Amino acid sequence: MSLAQSSAILPERGGVRGSLSDTVWRKPTLLLLLMLAPPVLWLGIVYLGSLFALLLQSFFSIDEFSGLINREFTFKTYGELLRPSNIDIIVRTVSMAAMVTLAAAVVAFPIAYFAARYARGKWKALFYLGVMLPLWSSYLVKVYAWKLILAKEGILTWLFAKLHLTWLIEAWLSLPIVGGNSLSVSFTGTFVVFVYVWLPFMILPVQAALERVPQNLVEASSDLGATPAQTFRNVLFPLALPGIVAGSIFTFSLTLGDYIIPQIVGTSHLFIGQAVYAHQGTAGNIPLAAAFTVVPIVVMGFYLWGAKRMGAFNAL
Amino acid sequence: MRSDRSSAPLGLKIAAAAGLAFLHLPLLLIFVYAFTTEERSYQWPPPGLTLQWFAVTWNRPDVWQALGLSLKVAAISTVIAMILGTLCAAAVSRTKFFGRETISLLVILPIALPGIITGIALRSAFNLADIPFSTWTIILGHATFCVVVVYNNAVARFRRVSGSLVEASMDLGADGFQTFRHVILPNIGTALVAGGMLAFALSFDEVIVTTFTAGQQQTLPIWMLEELVRPRQRPVTNVVAMVVVLVTLLPILAAYYLTRDGDQIAGSGK
Repeated sequence: MSLAQSSAILPERGGVRGSLSDTVWRKPTLLLLLMLAPPVLWLGIVYLGSLFALLLQSFFSIDEFSGLINREFTFKTYGELLRPSNIDIIVRTVSMAAMVTLAAAVVAFPIAYFAARYARGKWKALFYLGVMLPLWSSYLVKVYAWKLILAKEGILTWLFAKLHLTWLIEAWLSLPIVGGNSLSVSFTGTFVVFVYVWLPFMILPVQAALERVPQNLVEASSDLGATPAQTFRNVLFPLALPGIVAGSIFTFSLTLGDYIIPQIVGTSHLFIGQAVYAHQGTAGNIPLAAAFTVVPIVVMGFYLWGAKRMGAFNAL
Repeated sequence: MRSDRSSAPLGLKIAAAAGLAFLHLPLLLIFVYAFTTEERSYQWPPPGLTLQWFAVTWNRPDVWQALGLSLKVAAISTVIAMILGTLCAAAVSRTKFFGRETISLLVILPIALPGIITGIALRSAFNLADIPFSTWTIILGHATFCVVVVYNNAVARFRRVSGSLVEASMDLGADGFQTFRHVILPNIGTALVAGGMLAFALSFDEVIVTTFTAGQQQTLPIWMLEELVRPRQRPVTNVVAMVVVLVTLLPILAAYYLTRDGDQIAGSGK
């Protein structure tokens, strides 16, 4: 099929397959477009399309008498969102997310620091797997495990009884807000489970940030007479901060949107996720549910913007 | 060589060990509860140990059905995510073009925003478009957030595969398909398989998005969620929980061994 060619250029390849291959090689842009089209179309239509549909619905409103959705542009639903009871939900969720993030950072730091600086060879692999396995294990199973642990007849009560510390749990549970009938129906329980489930998301970026801290900085600091605490505050912590912020994006965002943990281990006070779920489900009030989801989107928008300014994305 | 590095302060050792124990003990507890004879409460210590719940679970058609649906959804979503994620990674890493950053953001967004947003967004879109719930609506959601896992793994690997290999192959007379088959694929293969396994694990135990896209269908995590909200058969749930841990454990370990040389970032952006 190929015509005689006298140049050093190879003859054109024959057949559909050959000419297709040649065309694509000559026009890299075409190849690029061919490669990009499927993923961009998929994500653009399926994901952005539905996000847009959701946003659109938050500007619809529900007719309180018929329960039907009125498809006219209005801010009425956002007015509903700002009722005191809904503001309570938002404040409760955001403060829980903030506390979970702080606690996760505190628990994650020693693990990340040990893995980054002291663990070598086999130990390093062990630490890596030790973080990856809980990260990837089933979310529901993790929550279930905590339901077992926190149950009144469960292992924690047993352990405290063996240590003769039952009074400690009881004293804690009698406190307002954090307390409750048992650990599995208190904010304390919700908090612990959140920290547990999102902890690996904090460890990985903090470890990545700490790996990049040159060892001699720490040595120089102590040579110059700093105590370990001073070295931590003035050298290690500022350098690890972008990693902590990067991890906090996950812990914060995941806590904001979660509706399963507070439902299974927690009080009857709602979180944003539960409110969204309730409004779209039994109540059928999709506009209000949609308006509720705008809250985490906006909060995360500001959060990401701040994180970007702190250079946290380089630590991801 | 560097003897000063070998000894960590005792406090740090204890804190790190305690942290790791905190991460792992709850999962180990699941394994003990699968054997308990107690069926009405979460009593600890277990009054006795038995294997009977494995037989009971084995004979439960609803568990098998949920498991079957979960495996089917995970398999199809993984295939779609592998195709889309690899294409996207190849495009982003081979060339610099306008909007490249936007594409990376687009891929990461489904996992960066809370799952409930993806879930309710898909549901309201199905609602508006009058699409009835089916296995495919579940797959649509799963594939969307699985793309990022494959993408992350593939991008990391493409960065290390030299572009001159491709040019050499073409210079030696291979056509594009041959180059892909004999040069590119062997180089990125393990990263793709690792990404695929992580995508499978992610899809297999996803519940937040699934509750919005499943309608009346039950995947295994949805089955578990219902048991968690309204416990009816605790022993069966215990066994299922243990099986789920094991089923997700294997692909993760495999993915780790496939990518451990060099890039440690595999899956770090779940």
